[in-house]
Amino acid sequence: MSEAEKTSSSHPELASNYRSVKEFWRVYKGNRTGMVGLTILIIFILIAIFAQQLAPFDPNQVFMGQMLRPPGWQHIFGTNEAGQDLFSQVVYGTRASLVVGFIASIIATAVGTIIGIFAGYYTGLIREFLLRFTDFFIVIPSLVLMIVLASILGAGLTSVILAIGLVGWTGTARVVMSQTLSVREYTFIEASRAAGAGDFYILRSHILPNVMPVVFAQTVLIVANSILYESVLTFLGLGNPNQVTWGQILQFAFTSGAITTAWWYVVPPGLSIMLVVLAFSLTGYSLDEIFNPRVRKI
Amino acid sequence: MNVAYVARKLASLVVTIFLVLTFNFYLFRVLPGNPFALLFRGAGLSANAVRGLSAQFGLDQPLWIQYVIYLRNTLTGNLGLSFQTRAPVTDLIIPALINTAILLSVASVISIVIGILIGMLAAWKRGSKFDVGASATTLVLYSMPTFWLGLVLMVVGVIYFGLPVAGMRSFTGVTPGTLGEVVDLGQHMVLPLLTLVLGLVGQYVLVMKGALLDVFTQDFMITARAKGISSQKLLWDHGFKNAVLPMVALVALNLGLSIGGAVQTETVFSWPGMGLLIYRAILARDYPILQGAFLVVTLAVIIANFAADILYPFLDPRVGES
Repeated sequence: MSEAEKTSSSHPELASNYRSVKEFWRVYKGNRTGMVGLTILIIFILIAIFAQQLAPFDPNQVFMGQMLRPPGWQHIFGTNEAGQDLFSQVVYGTRASLVVGFIASIIATAVGTIIGIFAGYYTGLIREFLLRFTDFFIVIPSLVLMIVLASILGAGLTSVILAIGLVGWTGTARVVMSQTLSVREYTFIEASRAAGAGDFYILRSHILPNVMPVVFAQTVLIVANSILYESVLTFLGLGNPNQVTWGQILQFAFTSGAITTAWWYVVPPGLSIMLVVLAFSLTGYSLDEIFNPRVRKI
Repeated sequence: MNVAYVARKLASLVVTIFLVLTFNFYLFRVLPGNPFALLFRGAGLSANAVRGLSAQFGLDQPLWIQYVIYLRNTLTGNLGLSFQTRAPVTDLIIPALINTAILLSVASVISIVIGILIGMLAAWKRGSKFDVGASATTLVLYSMPTFWLGLVLMVVGVIYFGLPVAGMRSFTGVTPGTLGEVVDLGQHMVLPLLTLVLGLVGQYVLVMKGALLDVFTQDFMITARAKGISSQKLLWDHGFKNAVLPMVALVALNLGLSIGGAVQTETVFSWPGMGLLIYRAILARDYPILQGAFLVVTLAVIIANFAADILYPFLDPRVGES
């Protein structure tokens, strides 16, 4: 009976109504901002995948006597103070920045979803504790906590990923909690419980499928934040200096003192960060609009 | 506004402060790496000195005794010594905190005023070119890392305007206590302020716009409009007054985010505040400074939130009664 209710159109606002990818795509295609974001995103993902083919040089290759050259035919983004090709570095940096962004946001999403779903489903002490726990993390200044975590874990890409993932889950937890709170009030949940279903069965079979689309939208938004934070943490010296990321290029530009003379050192990596973050944000907002009808009205 | 409300918020404040103190303690002791390795890594100390310091920090004691010692030291304002300079961390933090407060408060006031004005206009002329432009600009500014914005402004400021790009004051050519000193400070503040304002203004625009749009749909607005009140009066007397309230809570809630922006801005422009202190501590692996700075910054945010909670019912009597 509960299955019949769920698939019927009596709950048009439930996210699990988007049964097929095809149907979802039909709605998404009509969203202009979402399509702009997705297009930019696909371009950058292709750059990351085909970095080896696109980059004319090895990003670490040193061109002797060609330090801080402005953009030209051989080096279209110029060279840095060590004589390395900046175009190749920005292309390879795409790969690292995207990977860091994805892994960190998967960690944040997992933590946020688990905490949010339990806080929303259970009542009493469990909810009280999880709410306090989340509020506590919300109030702590994120960047400073990430800095502390990453420096205790020791500078490097793994520490940066963990620091971002373990701090950036509060938004997801809140969204998942409010979504769970509304889903658990539906009669099909009650029916399921009356039919003898246990808590974990209900959480897995009824709550999770309805929370997942919103979580997905939230994850895409977190990737944007994670890429921003990766660049900041790496810029502050918490990354791995041997790993080319956009933040790392900017850190070298800053610490070498080359920025005031070599604009080409600073502009391309920064614009890349901006475009990718913008693309993830546009895509995420559009997904949220589609999956979370309450947002659509505003 | 009743006593029970204040008492409840006060109790919550005390509990939160205690949790932060405990979190700060365990963060630096429980994570991978033992406290000796962590606290004295890279300090270049002799075995004897390590023993002496261990005793001083109580690191040779069981964890719970260490915790009691930490609580006692912290509550008496002793945050330990810097690895690098051996200076008390508290003495390093106090001037840095003042410098950050100067930069952040001026930047926040400017961002809030600009944010309110742009947000109001965008809500009033919803769907207009101005509204769309404001939203787009906000989104683009949000997508840039603040430090990168600072680097770009630095390049432009140096090349085209000859502005100073590092520190708070010039070391030569300025007589202390004169108008020249103020002008000099102002010049040093231009670029960091511009960076922070551009980084902060977007969120205020969005919230002001959202709040005003909410107010527009309220019954009293429809009544006021039906009574024939002029648009100007409607916007300012009814819309503005009601929409500006959420901003008060937002300023406190956003302090954490603003501090993140300040850390980046101070690093880029060598502004001698908490951000620069933290940046230098990262590079030197100066854990006592990091631990102290984290505690102070977090406490500042918590106390600001508490202040907003207490002030809010005065501004909006509907809150705090339930």
